[in-house]
Amino acid sequence: MHLKTEAQPGTPGGQRIAVVGAGVMGVGIATLALVRGLPVLLVDVDEARLDDARARIAAELRMAQLMGRHSADAATGVLETATTAGGVAERTVVIEATTEDPRIKAKVIAELSAAVRPGTPLVSNTSSIPIDELASFAERPEEVVGTHFMNPPYLIPTVEVIRGVRTGEDTMAALGRSLAALGQQPIVVKDAPGFVTSRVLHPMINDAARIVQEGTASVEAVDTLMENCLGHRTGPLRTADLIGIDNLVDSLRVLFERTGDEGCRPCELLLEKVRLGQHGRKSGRGFYEYTN
Amino acid sequence: MTQLGVHDATADSGEVEKDILRFLEAQTKRSWDPRVDLFAAGGLSSLFAMQLVVHLEQTHGISIRGADLRLDNFRTVASMVALVYRLRGAAGASGA
Repeated sequence: MHLKTEAQPGTPGGQRIAVVGAGVMGVGIATLALVRGLPVLLVDVDEARLDDARARIAAELRMAQLMGRHSADAATGVLETATTAGGVAERTVVIEATTEDPRIKAKVIAELSAAVRPGTPLVSNTSSIPIDELASFAERPEEVVGTHFMNPPYLIPTVEVIRGVRTGEDTMAALGRSLAALGQQPIVVKDAPGFVTSRVLHPMINDAARIVQEGTASVEAVDTLMENCLGHRTGPLRTADLIGIDNLVDSLRVLFERTGDEGCRPCELLLEKVRLGQHGRKSGRGFYEYTN
Repeated sequence: MTQLGVHDATADSGEVEKDILRFLEAQTKRSWDPRVDLFAAGGLSSLFAMQLVVHLEQTHGISIRGADLRLDNFRTVASMVALVYRLRGAAGASGA
């Protein structure tokens, strides 16, 4: 049950991870690395957000322990934080997990590309933005590759990896070593809007929300049917809360703009949740209410 | 432990059970049997377990750490009641 042997310290493979962006996924990926005993540099321009992230990482480490992914007596990696990207030059892999907005990610990729040591995989953690779009902003597009970690990453040991048309062999190999140290099984797919998981899941969540909006069924009824009748581990609307409804809407917009699929146009109920600040688990309320 | 202590603990565990059942009902909009596995198929998402941890700590003045922080302690209302009682007892003993 306890994974002490898996969470041994000593930076397996000499891996030193940098995570850029201290939102939900940045915190989750940082927690994953820390659970695996790897040193982490977490970068965010906002010092207050970093303060908050440190507290959330402490809570996530407790969650990892509760779920048997981290033993109480296993060493945890060392966490450093910074408001500038200079420290990424010393890291073996840099994972940006900023807001799901192509303009923001493009700017971050350009900055990081200038700051990392050549040969370092520059990873964009995105749920929907085509990697080759982002690679265009890097000094060395062959070093840019995509990951789509699930939330929370330390509980889900499989990760969608997106290889852009310009992503190099060396980058894929280096990312493979980093993911091995993180205990993650990569499933490599080609580049496209939403890749596999978001292209399938996000329109489905949009439909689930639309069903509630139209009064066909309650939130609980939709999730219970999908869980108990179709065997989904978590219903689509609780999944939306976990993703973050604001992020989900951002992702649906990226998909809609690039595919023209009407099923990806965010429905009114999702837009209303975002307007009301009901972003899901992270804000205490989305389709459900949360006490932490 | 004196007879009085045993009596108090029994009364107390009834209150703890009521509180946990109330919390579960409010959060999940359904009622629960104190002995049912909350996280078995058709039950709660395991992510809900952390909400239970925080609720128990905040409501019952305990700190759940180390080996106690494992899902098995939160599988049933009965196991949570036992944990609260044990940690309260430990806090009392260490404070004596």
